Amino acid sequence: MTESDDPTTTPPQPGEAQSSAERAGESNGSDALAPIGAEPARAVRVAPAQPPPAGHERRGMFGVSGSGDTSGYGGLRLPAYTPPASERPYGGWFDEFFDEFLAALAENQIDPSEVQQVSVDRGEITLYVRRERLVEICRTLRDDSGLRFEFCSSVSGVDYGPDVPQRLHVVYHLLSMTYRRRVRLEVSVDVEDTADAHVPSVVDVYATADWQEREAYDMFGIVFDGHPALTRILMPDDWDGFPQRKDYPLGGIPVEYKGTEIPPPDERRAYS
Amino acid sequence: MSDSDTHPATHPPSTPPELHSATTGTDTTGPGSDSDPYAQQRKTTEGSVYTVTGGDWDDVISEVAGDEKIIMNLGPQHPSTHGVLRLVLELEGETVTSLRSVIGYLHTGIEKNTEYRTWTQGVTFVTRMDYLAPLSNEAAYCMGIERLLGIEIPKRAEVIRVLLLEINRISSHLVAIATGGMELGALTGMTAGFREREEALHLLEYLTGLRMNHAFIRPGGVAQDLPADTVEKVTEFVKVMDKRLPEYDKLLTGQPIWQNRLKGIGYLPVDACLSLGITGPVLRSAGLPWDLRKTDPYFGYQEYEFDVPVAHEADSFARFLLRLEEMHQSLRIIKQALEKLEPGPIMVEDAKIAWPAQLSISSDGMGNSLAHVRKIMGQSMESLIHHFKLVTEGFSVPAGQVYTAIESPRGELGYHMVSDGGTRPMRVHVRDPSFINLQAMPAMSEGGMVADVIAAVASLDPVMGGCDR
Repeated sequence: MTESDDPTTTPPQPGEAQSSAERAGESNGSDALAPIGAEPARAVRVAPAQPPPAGHERRGMFGVSGSGDTSGYGGLRLPAYTPPASERPYGGWFDEFFDEFLAALAENQIDPSEVQQVSVDRGEITLYVRRERLVEICRTLRDDSGLRFEFCSSVSGVDYGPDVPQRLHVVYHLLSMTYRRRVRLEVSVDVEDTADAHVPSVVDVYATADWQEREAYDMFGIVFDGHPALTRILMPDDWDGFPQRKDYPLGGIPVEYKGTEIPPPDERRAYS
Repeated sequence: MSDSDTHPATHPPSTPPELHSATTGTDTTGPGSDSDPYAQQRKTTEGSVYTVTGGDWDDVISEVAGDEKIIMNLGPQHPSTHGVLRLVLELEGETVTSLRSVIGYLHTGIEKNTEYRTWTQGVTFVTRMDYLAPLSNEAAYCMGIERLLGIEIPKRAEVIRVLLLEINRISSHLVAIATGGMELGALTGMTAGFREREEALHLLEYLTGLRMNHAFIRPGGVAQDLPADTVEKVTEFVKVMDKRLPEYDKLLTGQPIWQNRLKGIGYLPVDACLSLGITGPVLRSAGLPWDLRKTDPYFGYQEYEFDVPVAHEADSFARFLLRLEEMHQSLRIIKQALEKLEPGPIMVEDAKIAWPAQLSISSDGMGNSLAHVRKIMGQSMESLIHHFKLVTEGFSVPAGQVYTAIESPRGELGYHMVSDGGTRPMRVHVRDPSFINLQAMPAMSEGGMVADVIAAVASLDPVMGGCDR
């Protein structure tokens, strides 16, 4: 991307002010939406006070624990990284896009508070949105003449680990061929209550999401409501578990061949 | 044979009479089918299930002629499905009424694996996904890491990447034409395509050390500088290709059978392409000149002069012509890259990222240079520690996420990478064009003939290693 030349924010270092757990009481990111008079956030089923966390606490430089290591490395604790909300102006084409986007939302009677946070990082813009009206937001992005994100590049799931609230994220990369822009939509859901890992399917808007949502379901167990045929796609149909979740081991799944079981690589030697 | 046919009375029968009843495995006569151990029929609750291996189609057709619908399973081990791809076709006569594909036979969990290795080690994983365009995978992956790190690679490394990517594009398109030809029965196209691909792979081997799975492009640059006589070798290759590529026009383009098999087949207009997320030659065959090298340039592609060929027929034949033309354009880029190749560093200078050793070739292959080993083992404890840390633990990448996309031979190859600030990726998701493009198969094939399914799939040029990952 040509925009990558002028990143408006420098990536925060872990351990700095904006990346620790103290963020809990801070703004919900709707400040950025103030210009057009955002209504107060509606009562929704999942309404986190803080922006979606993206990361988990890391411990130990070498990942060691209980080894008797006295060097101090094992005691190193790095706080979780949270993407900082960006303030207007975002720089580049982002402001023009965002004004257009807010206007389009208003036209389609979508509450701007559906957008929880906007982050501009490394020349890319991320819109953290609530899942309830995701499909309408996508349709707006696709159909509005000032936005025209007619192409959905990629849908991917991300698991931020067992200790993180709203650990499962679905990330949509939309591309506007007309304006040559890319935006990222991110939706986060919880997994603790299995019934909760639901995200509306955008297949109606972007047909290409069909297999990609199936892959995200296959790998992360995210259920896409309204998908025409949500089945496993890469793993066998009768597979147990969701392999790309962080609490799913890399290997060590019993292989039915002469009783052999190979230890998972993450239980073998590791350096980091 | 013809003699005995025309003059049966004057010649004795060429085979003894007792051999007339003997058969071969592929005999299509009634008694012959019994000898084929694979051609079996069994009754299930869903109806009769036949296993067909080739020459015994006639028996099956004569047996099921009354039924309206046949469900046919093609693959996953089938020479005409372009890899371990399984197609389930619903047929009425020879018309495909419904096509569904089953993928995942080559799923190896590469995305998961990268989360357990350092960022640098990830290169050796991603290069094995789309095995016909390994350098595209490496380049896109490294581009993502570089954006996460916020570093810029040296000019020479960029030029080397462009040079390698375009050689790779030629070899990939040659396989697309070769296997496509093979699947349609144009075996000369196959032998010619693989012959030229060998030239490209030999060159890549000379430049990078390996024919495939190079792991040559590394975060921050490339693994090693090119050999001293690179320009001569590549010029030689360009000469050979300039001479041989026009032969494909002679062999295939004007060939009436080739044209009849491809023209109007696998039709996919531009709105369907956008909706289904199709990119690459398939999108360009529908009239949209969308090529990320032009629309979203990376590695300095904006400084090269080349055209993006476009067609409007949106059929398999147009895609074949586009691939042919793209190879010529790649040769143009290669020639310009050679001129831009100026001496300089091939890796970022930051010693906290760049591989600590100068690699060199010795009797047992490529490895750390002797001078470097002498230094870390004999002179500098700090260098040894630094080497050990960087090689075993790897470098940390600041937390955040990026999406980088490049134009692979098959279309947009995107990497969505998330870092939590550690030395290993949190998540690497690959938007592989083969995976996305395969979704177009029903739209391209339903309503057509069985034989055209093969032509349509071949024009998508899916690589199952990339599709299943």
